[in-house]
Amino acid sequence: MSKLVKDQQLVNDQWQLVEKDSTIDLDSIADSDFLLLPLGKWLSSADDFSQKKNIGVWLDSDEAPEPLAGFCKSIPLIAINFPVFSDGRGYSYARTLREHYHYEGELRAIGDILRDQMHFYQRCGFSSFAIRDDRDSSSAIEGLNDFSVSYQAAYDTPTPLFRRR
Amino acid sequence: MYKYDQYDHQLLKERIAQYRGQTQRYLDGELSEEEFLPLRLQNGLYIQRLAPMLRVAVPYGLYSSAQMRKLAHIARHYDKGYAHVSTRQNFQFNWPRLEDVPDILQELSEVGMHAIQTSGNCIRNTTTDEYAGVAVDEIEDPRPWCELVRQWSTFHPEFALLPRKFKIAFCASDQDRAAFLFHDIGVELIHNDEGHTRFNIFVGGGLGRTPIIGQLIKPGLHWQHLITYLEAILRVYNQLGRRDNKYKARIKILVKAMKPENFAARVEQEWQHIKDNESTLTEDAVDAVKKFFIESQYQSLDDSACNRELASYRIEEKHFGAWLDKNVRPHKQAGYAIVTLALKPTGIAPGDVTDVQMDSIADLADKYSGGLLRNTHKQNIVLADVKKTDLLALWKECVALNLATPNLGYLSDTICCPGGDYCALANAKSIPIAEAIQRRFSDLDYLYDLGPIDLNISGCMNACGHHHVGHIGILGVDKKGREFYQVSLGGEMGRDASIGKILGPSFSQKEIPEIIEKLLDTYVALRHPEESFVDTYRRVGIAPFKENVYVKAG
Repeated sequence: MSKLVKDQQLVNDQWQLVEKDSTIDLDSIADSDFLLLPLGKWLSSADDFSQKKNIGVWLDSDEAPEPLAGFCKSIPLIAINFPVFSDGRGYSYARTLREHYHYEGELRAIGDILRDQMHFYQRCGFSSFAIRDDRDSSSAIEGLNDFSVSYQAAYDTPTPLFRRR
Repeated sequence: MYKYDQYDHQLLKERIAQYRGQTQRYLDGELSEEEFLPLRLQNGLYIQRLAPMLRVAVPYGLYSSAQMRKLAHIARHYDKGYAHVSTRQNFQFNWPRLEDVPDILQELSEVGMHAIQTSGNCIRNTTTDEYAGVAVDEIEDPRPWCELVRQWSTFHPEFALLPRKFKIAFCASDQDRAAFLFHDIGVELIHNDEGHTRFNIFVGGGLGRTPIIGQLIKPGLHWQHLITYLEAILRVYNQLGRRDNKYKARIKILVKAMKPENFAARVEQEWQHIKDNESTLTEDAVDAVKKFFIESQYQSLDDSACNRELASYRIEEKHFGAWLDKNVRPHKQAGYAIVTLALKPTGIAPGDVTDVQMDSIADLADKYSGGLLRNTHKQNIVLADVKKTDLLALWKECVALNLATPNLGYLSDTICCPGGDYCALANAKSIPIAEAIQRRFSDLDYLYDLGPIDLNISGCMNACGHHHVGHIGILGVDKKGREFYQVSLGGEMGRDASIGKILGPSFSQKEIPEIIEKLLDTYVALRHPEESFVDTYRRVGIAPFKENVYVKAG
């Protein structure tokens, strides 16, 4: 995850993504390791992991965020995977986390993350974006600013235009 | 009609810049074919058999003469001098160059038009009754609600990449002219006992491979909850709709698999989270939109005097009388009428209109109908506010423009998709079938005797020609590389909706006119006095039709 965009700029990323099939020993995670665990592994010790500042969790596109509902106050990082950019389930997961579970930590879009969806990600509550390796991150940052006007409410603008006109 | 303010204009301006950049990156090789595909589709740009096809949005089918002139200009300068009215009330251009599309969008934006979400797996143009606001059987004008849905759905960030396309239609009249039961969401506007606006929400209707009639999941929804309730439906669908098989990805498959009552419960659960949030509609917001749709220019006319005058013209001009009976509909305002310009003369692809006709239609709109036009789902164009005293003059102009064929609602007023002549998805041609049938049945008196018959033709299972809901439906199929046509009977798009039944083995293109004739002969032989084709079919069933077609053919 070398190209992480956050707050409209390219930043260094200390988090390491753990794949679903990883054989990592969950009992021996050092405090200095910043690990993003797949949902299944994270749930195996949810009470413990949710209290740690260096353990985050990532959801795949077929994993709805319901199991995280009770832990949203303390998780430092939640990532949602877009295996292909055209799989839009993660947009609804993001809004559910932000608006129903009131998750306020970092919400990261990972996977097939491209410039042309940046505006949508941002509106749904994503706050960081792991741009696909072969793509230009400055172009992706421009994508965040493709639009200055939106009709409907979303996480970034809870008041729809019809109440502001 | 709705008028753009600085917000709408700003959004379009930013959209053009975005799409210009996307096109440029594609042409430069930065975006792969696969990555550009959904981007161009969300902009209504298909790559077809011979050239790209660009679909321009006409929100709920309503547009102005100035917009029509711009469309004519685009047909002339960027296309081959014609455009096509689609069954979802939009315009399509068949020959634009991909490189020119950003410039076309720039031109369209000058008159407040665009191609946003006219294709792709997103919320499409919201459609409604072509007679909205002027129909005598209307409960309330549905267009302000359609406009509110248009704004909500335009670039909705959460629903840009749904499992599949998503279509919403509104019905607000006794007779349904929007086929609302065959949409992903059908909204039926009603008034409760106190006369307040409520909505019955139907989901999971659709045509395509699996035709299904929509199911009522929320009766009597208060108007202020329209947007939040739609949002709840879409949120459930976006998460649970199938993404593994595009033929099973529409909401109708999900609703059927979950059962409507379980789907409704899930939506209700989601809705409880967002109900009463800031997307809840306010009286001020609704009133502000309603103002755009109030027609205040009506003159007070003596209706019976108008009718007497028309009666005398009828005697002088037989053809005028036929047009008056067939292509003119009653209007809620005394002394006014609704006129349909027929785009189905024999020999022209149904729904096609030339740049010259388009300019002339714009002139007719200015002269006779307050400068406004509507596209219909049956692929015709409506002038909705014509003074009865102008009808004769208007008819004469329509005759000169080849827009006066008095066949509205009859066999030759065929719904027909572009088919294999243009469309890359089609299994078979559809336009030549429509033409062959129109040629065979060109005697209008015979068609009038048959009464109203919906003949709908699709070139493939995607059903853009709505063959499932035609009283007679024709579907193009591919049999070992050859084009064949399957015939179905008894479809109906209105409130007593039904899906046509397949007659039997398919036919070659050459056989079709004769098969249609046999079906019509069967009907004529069996009908009771005043009984329509579809009513006879419903009474006698498919057997006698089948027998007549297959036994005697064999």
